[in-house]
Amino acid sequence: MSDTSTRNAVLPDTSSRVAVRNTRAGRVPSTWWKHVILLALGLVMLYPVLWMVSSAFKPNAKIFSDPGLIPTEWDFSNFAAGWNALESPFSAYIVNSLIVVAGSVVGNLISCTMAGYAFARLKFKGRNAWFAVMMLTLMLPIHVLIVPQYVMFSQAHLINTFVPLILPKLLATDAFFVFLMVQFFRSLPAELEEAARLDGAGHARIFLQIMLPMATPALATTAIFTFIWTWNDFFRQLIFLTKPDKQTVPLALRTFVDATGGSSWGSLFAMSLVTLLPIFLVFLFGQKYLVKGIATTGIK
Amino acid sequence: MMASDGSTSVRLRPSATAHKRRGRADGRAAAVFLLPWFIGLVVITIGPLIASLYLSFTDFDLLTSPNWIGFENYLELFQDSRWLKSLKVTFIYVITAVPLQLGVALALAIFLDKGLRGLNFYRSLFYLPSLLGGSVAIAVLWRQIFGKDGLINGFLAVFGIEGPGWINNPDTSLLTLIALAAWMFGSPMVIFLAGLRQIPDMYYEAAALDGAGRWRQFRSITFPMLTPIVFFNVVLQIIEAFQSFTQAFVVSGGTGGPADSTLFYTLYLYQKGFGSLDMGYASAMAWVLLLIIAVFTAINFATSKHWVFYDE
Repeated sequence: MSDTSTRNAVLPDTSSRVAVRNTRAGRVPSTWWKHVILLALGLVMLYPVLWMVSSAFKPNAKIFSDPGLIPTEWDFSNFAAGWNALESPFSAYIVNSLIVVAGSVVGNLISCTMAGYAFARLKFKGRNAWFAVMMLTLMLPIHVLIVPQYVMFSQAHLINTFVPLILPKLLATDAFFVFLMVQFFRSLPAELEEAARLDGAGHARIFLQIMLPMATPALATTAIFTFIWTWNDFFRQLIFLTKPDKQTVPLALRTFVDATGGSSWGSLFAMSLVTLLPIFLVFLFGQKYLVKGIATTGIK
Repeated sequence: MMASDGSTSVRLRPSATAHKRRGRADGRAAAVFLLPWFIGLVVITIGPLIASLYLSFTDFDLLTSPNWIGFENYLELFQDSRWLKSLKVTFIYVITAVPLQLGVALALAIFLDKGLRGLNFYRSLFYLPSLLGGSVAIAVLWRQIFGKDGLINGFLAVFGIEGPGWINNPDTSLLTLIALAAWMFGSPMVIFLAGLRQIPDMYYEAAALDGAGRWRQFRSITFPMLTPIVFFNVVLQIIEAFQSFTQAFVVSGGTGGPADSTLFYTLYLYQKGFGSLDMGYASAMAWVLLLIIAVFTAINFATSKHWVFYDE
């Protein structure tokens, strides 16, 4: 519970930012050497990933003898081999992952927005105390909850269903996003509701017709982060999904790597590439919201 | 959370009535808007939190009903050489990976900040790994890169050096995971960049007039102004690093090996709780982890007044 001033300090103030950038750009001398350093560093960092992408298109025997990024010999069979290497075709795991992701995104969008609106815009008894409780849950490691959660869901015969993964999102347990919405709603001017209240609008209408449309950027940030984190999530899926036909993409990939041990890197890389592609696409189209999101909340 | 719902029989002055009605309506609306969150708090968070505290004092194994055994699990921890090892591995990881990651992030943020052209491009470039790095796919890649015949050794071979099997050697396996954490410096970097933007330019102008050099400006302006954000990142990254799981799990094939050199705390917890079904023991482990994280966070906050600078 670091104080709010830290977070508010992080909120970007666009007007001053532009001014600052202009004055700085004006007095900066030649910086080509900086670009050389940055590009070199970027290349070193991304080289392994690029190499993996290119290896997915190389025949197995060539992967280690050919360290270049452009395959000397193209081979697309890795994808077919990887796709069908496990019990079910890889598409089955993708569908499972997409169900979990879709449920989580919808859940977080609804529940965290509602809670965030209440904490940010409504006056009620004990608001600060409840808000502190919410922020405390942000720091709680999942490991202190996971055993009883497992017992609870297993008694309800819900292991190997997607319920244990999606239900918590419908109940706003991702405190990070509640906080993100609180930060956003707090930044909106009070006149918004006051005008609507004079027109006789109730809370439901204010929330649905005024707040939500204005909150599109924050909603996008929530959706994108939820997508990426759920798509990548391993620990909870490992616990709650044990049957092969219920496995999601990360679990399938792990089964794959353990089964092959390292004999067929080509198809392994091909499937790794398939699992990274959605993240990359989301990043490509949503990076504006990602950057804004981490800058606003100060958490990755 | 909820305001009481009593009908107002006494007539108040009009404005006060309106004010009161509004307050009450807010209370009721808040109850509705917070209902899902509140159910989640009770059922998904606080209920299990209390249950796991109870289970930590039992011999619960999922199949038979739990028996109360007092502090036995907690006492056993300190005689469990694997638990002690997992604690050591995790501590080493936290105290190396967090400063390394934040140090690189801060250095890059400062390097990028001075009105460089293409800033957005570089920011995206360096941010991407922190999105990809949490995935199983990158862990798989890491297993290859640092393998005996991996990319790193292929590179070293160019210079005639024969590298070790980084992943299979207990002396170097943890280093590969620390390297992975450092590789994901992008998200704290973005936060630092946002923080740097908030420092008014006039501070630097005044300092330059006083003849302060670059290093002096960093020490007297940039770093003090950034300390709240550095602090915030330190707290959160430590909490997160203590909970690292996926990468060690995938890279070691679920064992924490070789020779338990990558046996992260949570990995051992998983093995105990969900491998051998010692769920009481695993619960005790989880509570000790919670205490460790709480202590580290408390230390962070306690020391913060000596080095965190708040403007205002």
